[in-house]
Amino acid sequence: MSRLIELARALALAIPIALFAGAAPVSAQTPVPKQVNPTAESVKEDQLLKELQRIEGRITIPDKREAVLIQPAGRDWREWRQSTLPRIGTIAIIGMLALLILFLIVRGRVRLENGFSGRTVQRFTAVERFGHWLTATSFIVLGLTGLNVTFGRDYLLPVVGAETFTFLSQWAKYLHNYMSFAFVLGLVIIFFAWVIYNLPTARDFRWIAEGGGIIGNKHPPAAKFNAGQKLVFWVTILGGLTLTITGYMLMFPFYSLPSTTLTEINTSIAAIQNAQVIHAVVGLIMIAIILAHIYIGTIGMEGAFSSMSTGEVDENWARQHHSVWAERVASPEGGGRTVPAE
Amino acid sequence: MARMKFLCDADRCIECNACVTACKNEHEVPWGINRRRVVTINDGKPGERSVSMACMHCTDAPCAAVCPVDCFYTTADGVVLHSKALCIGCGYCFYACPFGAPQYPRVGNFGSRGKMDKCTYCAGGPEEDMTAVEYASYGSNRLAEGKLPLCAEMCSTKALLAGDGEIIAQIYKERVAKRGYGSGAWGWRTAYKESIAT
Repeated sequence: MSRLIELARALALAIPIALFAGAAPVSAQTPVPKQVNPTAESVKEDQLLKELQRIEGRITIPDKREAVLIQPAGRDWREWRQSTLPRIGTIAIIGMLALLILFLIVRGRVRLENGFSGRTVQRFTAVERFGHWLTATSFIVLGLTGLNVTFGRDYLLPVVGAETFTFLSQWAKYLHNYMSFAFVLGLVIIFFAWVIYNLPTARDFRWIAEGGGIIGNKHPPAAKFNAGQKLVFWVTILGGLTLTITGYMLMFPFYSLPSTTLTEINTSIAAIQNAQVIHAVVGLIMIAIILAHIYIGTIGMEGAFSSMSTGEVDENWARQHHSVWAERVASPEGGGRTVPAE
Repeated sequence: MARMKFLCDADRCIECNACVTACKNEHEVPWGINRRRVVTINDGKPGERSVSMACMHCTDAPCAAVCPVDCFYTTADGVVLHSKALCIGCGYCFYACPFGAPQYPRVGNFGSRGKMDKCTYCAGGPEEDMTAVEYASYGSNRLAEGKLPLCAEMCSTKALLAGDGEIIAQIYKERVAKRGYGSGAWGWRTAYKESIAT
């Protein structure tokens, strides 16, 4: 109704003005512009772009997302994807690999100081190992297929050619999407299996202060998990959670969510761009940290890998690296060759 | 060779959506995909303007820059095209495009967006010109027939101009000079890093 009134008012004003304007050339004194300027109050692209991050209007086609006319933010995202992200990625991965190689050269393997005792204790149950390997294998697949999206075009495409690269990337995309479910399941299992052992304690500060026995040759006491392992645990859980949220935002774009605010966040291109940025950064940080985790669990430390393969570790290994835990689980007599870690 | 561009004279566009319809019909664009659309800004308010928008065939196109499989290419005419045989439907071009041009046949559950589709400037795709294969994937190739994009060709108010960038800029400049106003070439700054001085 008020619209109608406005229209009527506008007409009432416009008619005399039009008449007046028509008469204008006759009466030369009146300061009426020669031409009507309909753009005087029209929307201006530059002004809109300056005021808002994007230009949005109304659209008559069913796809309402298309109502965004211009979103220059795409340019920032392009800059990010084309140069910033590959740079961060290269530094994170090459940097970590270089660091690990340097560490292996300087420090060498962390040896079992008293050799293998021959007696083993169970470190991880079948469920724990299942959770670990489910998370681990899916993470490796997700990591490699994810890296392909960022680096494949530069490094793999020139080698294998366009058709093969598309074939690989298509499957990489499917793997990345579907393996995510395995990864989430793995996260849930390891979270419930290990969260109780990963709460920070006073012991962790001493462990960090003494370099964890990795740097230097001290063996600060540790329970089932030391501070370094706790760090890896929380990086995996919290990083994994972030990857899950942003990943599913990218996988199910423009979905309506139970709350209006969440829906608003999820139904914009800006949200997708931000989700991709967070997903990529967190993913790269995790890849770098997991590289170090793989190193110390295999070549970096004697006697460590069996804890995740057979689930058993040597008693001497347990005493050297997890003295508090070993007290509880290892056989009390210990044998002649075993000495307490501290 | 000409540098093909689109220019929408927002002061002439009457939001009839004939360009949208013409495009869909000419290329038999699948349901749900709009290679071209008309957006009305400040709808119902003073200074309302409608702009017909499709792929602007950008200089240094963002879609081409971000594509993980490098499926885009620019023709000698400055038209940005892509190969559906190479596209993996990841959605990256859609994130980067300032104009919302890339479209996907499906919503994208589980990343199954399907092959990206966008305005081809009526210039088909990488397949051989004017073949059934090309038509099935990209629609007709009017440029190969020596014709300009249909949307602009049949625009009733000649608001939408297509053709060599310098020529359509000249036409627009003359219009603005003659009528005394012009709200500018929408998207040109973003797409071509230039605007038409009027």
